[in-house]
Amino acid sequence: MNGLGFLLSIVSSLLFPGIIAVTKAKMSGRKGPGIFQSLFDVARLFRKGSIYSATTSIIFQIAPVIYFASIVVALLFMPFGQYKGLLSFEADFVFFAYLLAVGKFMMIVGAMDTGSGFEGMGANREALYSLLVEPAFFILMGSLVLLTSHTSFYNLFVHIHFDSFFSYLIALLGIYLFIQIAMVENSRMPIDDPKTHLELTMIHEVMVLDNSGFDMCLIHLTTGLKFALYGGLIANFIFPETWTLYAKIVVFFTVNLLFAIVVGFLESCRARNKLAKNPKWILALSSISMVVFLSVLAITHKLFLE
Amino acid sequence: MYLIVFQFLFVLTFGMFILSKKHMSYFGLLIQLGLAGITGYWSVDVLIHGTIFERELLINFWGSPLEIKVDSLSAFFILVLNFTLLTGTMYSTGYLKPYINEKNHVEFGLHYFSLVWLHISMLLVCMLRDGLAFLVAWEVMSVFTFLLMIFESEKGETIRAGINFLLQMHVGLVLIMAGFIYAFVHTGAVFSFDGLTVYFARFHPFPLFLLFFAGFGIKAGFIPLHTWLPHAHPAAPSHISGVMSGVIIKMGIYGILRILTYIHTDLLAIGIFILVVSAISGLLGVMYAIVQHDLKKLLAYHSIENIGIIGIGIGIGLIGTAKGIPVLAALGFTGGILHILNHSLFKSLLFYSAGSVYMKTHTKNIEHLGGLIKRMPVTALLFLLGALAICGLPPFNGFISEFLIYFGLFKGLLTADFQTDITIMGTVICLTLIGGLTIFCFTKVFSIVFLGTARSRLSENVKEVSVGMIFPEILAGIVIVAIGIFPIFFVKAAGRVAGLYVEDIPWIIQNTPSLSGVSRASLVFMLLTALLWFLRRTQQKRVQIEHEPTWGCGYSGADPAVHQYTATSFADNYRELAPPLMKVDKHFESLKEEDIFPRPRSFKTETSDRLEKNLVEKPVRKVIYWMERVAIFQTGNLQHYIMYAFLFMGLIFLLTIFKLI
Repeated sequence: MNGLGFLLSIVSSLLFPGIIAVTKAKMSGRKGPGIFQSLFDVARLFRKGSIYSATTSIIFQIAPVIYFASIVVALLFMPFGQYKGLLSFEADFVFFAYLLAVGKFMMIVGAMDTGSGFEGMGANREALYSLLVEPAFFILMGSLVLLTSHTSFYNLFVHIHFDSFFSYLIALLGIYLFIQIAMVENSRMPIDDPKTHLELTMIHEVMVLDNSGFDMCLIHLTTGLKFALYGGLIANFIFPETWTLYAKIVVFFTVNLLFAIVVGFLESCRARNKLAKNPKWILALSSISMVVFLSVLAITHKLFLE
Repeated sequence: MYLIVFQFLFVLTFGMFILSKKHMSYFGLLIQLGLAGITGYWSVDVLIHGTIFERELLINFWGSPLEIKVDSLSAFFILVLNFTLLTGTMYSTGYLKPYINEKNHVEFGLHYFSLVWLHISMLLVCMLRDGLAFLVAWEVMSVFTFLLMIFESEKGETIRAGINFLLQMHVGLVLIMAGFIYAFVHTGAVFSFDGLTVYFARFHPFPLFLLFFAGFGIKAGFIPLHTWLPHAHPAAPSHISGVMSGVIIKMGIYGILRILTYIHTDLLAIGIFILVVSAISGLLGVMYAIVQHDLKKLLAYHSIENIGIIGIGIGIGLIGTAKGIPVLAALGFTGGILHILNHSLFKSLLFYSAGSVYMKTHTKNIEHLGGLIKRMPVTALLFLLGALAICGLPPFNGFISEFLIYFGLFKGLLTADFQTDITIMGTVICLTLIGGLTIFCFTKVFSIVFLGTARSRLSENVKEVSVGMIFPEILAGIVIVAIGIFPIFFVKAAGRVAGLYVEDIPWIIQNTPSLSGVSRASLVFMLLTALLWFLRRTQQKRVQIEHEPTWGCGYSGADPAVHQYTATSFADNYRELAPPLMKVDKHFESLKEEDIFPRPRSFKTETSDRLEKNLVEKPVRKVIYWMERVAIFQTGNLQHYIMYAFLFMGLIFLLTIFKLI
């Protein structure tokens, strides 16, 4: 049963892009594709041949493989209520964060391998933004460590109790942070707008202009997996302890569904940040997680508020 | 018996000069293998059994026999430096081949003689406890480093960097000497490290520690004592850069750690001091590195960053000890000490492969390189391995030491008080930023040097370097991967050293099942990658594969050679965020109204280290200014000097009359 979180995340990851697309279609009054359309696209890509730029080397070809593998292994850490993830050890979230960085590192150098100016821009921004968002994640996890006195994903989520004013604040801010970190990691609104034409997308999507066939198939799958990764974390964050397994599964899918709808909703309703404003916006996330940390210090009576 | 052989090898080094130039490197390697074998045997024994190895050398020094002493701290450093120096000499065989005809017999012989003596002096630095003998060994080490650095002495830059190095090292030496003398005068105990025990037990250790820290810190390259590093590395031949960054600067850390073994009070202040200096070094080191265009200068700034990470480990370890948080202390020290080994591995690997690039393309400016992965695939992949390791990414060794530090920090968070919690969180933020910035920097440098297409003629028509040069890189690479996947063994060794500072180390390491978790997760990751790669291979066999030019987004004139990203443009958006630290000089001719027809123009940007400008160059210029003012007395006229003598005598006469002296 330890692999439950992993399995459910895989399932929800397959549906994620579809739900986002449907939400966006509904918001803009279009009929839109079916929920499974993105899966059909992936299946078609799997059968297709590839075109490689003559400039590229092995790095370009292995990058999507490592990217995909890094996210899948990261998903192995996903706990589910009282069940551990397939991999679980103390301070596993450090490994988790650095594993995501491995995938990102490879995608960045993969994009640079094509020698395209557009992809260079995307790669460079991806590198900058992911470095800026890192502290927010670590401060948040540090706060949860302090709150629960445990250091692995599984124990963190099992031992969270919400009982005071501050803890509701933490829950609220925590969920907000997870959502926003997911948005930055996936380069979605308001960091970047993936629905514009490929060349005009500024960050993540523009890095994969030259990928095709099998590689593209992996990249599409990874996008869904990455959303499911954060969706799963949020679901674990708010699981009520006493509920039964089936109720939790329902909660899990509801949270993921809601998350996908929120993403679609945000992408339909807001404009993209000015690119130059992004660093400040991302750094603001760190200050929000600092608020979480201070609240935790107050809860644990290390910081006395008169 | 071993001791006699050990000392006989010292004498044997003089045989270097009678050999032909071709055979010197092999002879040097042979002697070094002997040295490494003997000291390695002693050290492994010490690390396994936790004993202290003591012997008397046959040399009389100032009337008393010279004693060598290897404890676990020395043993760890000896093993690290043996490995790096051996790979360095192996690499030099190929690297110096083009110089065989250029350099004469004495120059060549002196280089290898210095290399072997550098090895000997570093071993002695780690083993000697007597103050005076230690200082002599320390000085010998600096001098031989200088001789090795200035191998290409026909270049003005090299000599300037060399003199700069030599001067700064002597400032360091004076500070260390002052520390010993101060302790000696105040206690009257023996003039040695052991004599410091008495001082530290009787007085406040912090001021004297500061003196030692400044002295050893110059060697280690803590900011703001780092200014020699970015000049020394580009000037030195690549195997020396690798050795210098890998182990020579670590001798500074050795000194600091050695001093810390004698200090048992005031630890909180010392810990916070080391932590703050290290955090600043770590952050600024990598921030300066990103804007560098000289490949070796960039790596030099990364050495400062990694010294920062090592210092962070030591700093939080001390804070943990002072505050009574054993897990923070144990994991901080273990992580910091393991990072010493890790850094020596990946940094020497990076310097060697950077050296191979320089050897083949004759340029260190990354803006002139590009697309080298197609011409030097093995070097490129090894550089990538080093880059991933230095970024602290799993499944490589850099991750293990950073993981230990993180783990200690998060565990320490639980039992610490408010101030310590804030300190810990600040450290976590620093570490994550350092990690992120390093990834930014190494994605830049790897992709600019090895990926895309050539940016100038220099990187066309180059060939892969010889097997002899790749072999030492592969050796380092193997250990990097081994530590990444099977960390337990290495962590235990580092833990043994950390045991000098904290008790309960074995207990804590045994209760850290995370490490086996890490190795399991790393293995799963590698297996999954291999599996997917296999799947991809089979899929690719079934479908049609085409090769086309890079897609120019509909612009048919797009050509990677013209449009690909450069290092400057990659660092540009980062540079906008960090203006107070960097001074960017732009050199260009502005467009005037009468410029109707286009003609060739140039645009050049330069970034300089503001700290170096304000902390070293400006004060030095001030001093020189005043020195010149004083120099008016030095007229070169004999009559004037006789007059000075009379004036002096008159002054003494007057002073005695008025009973002032």
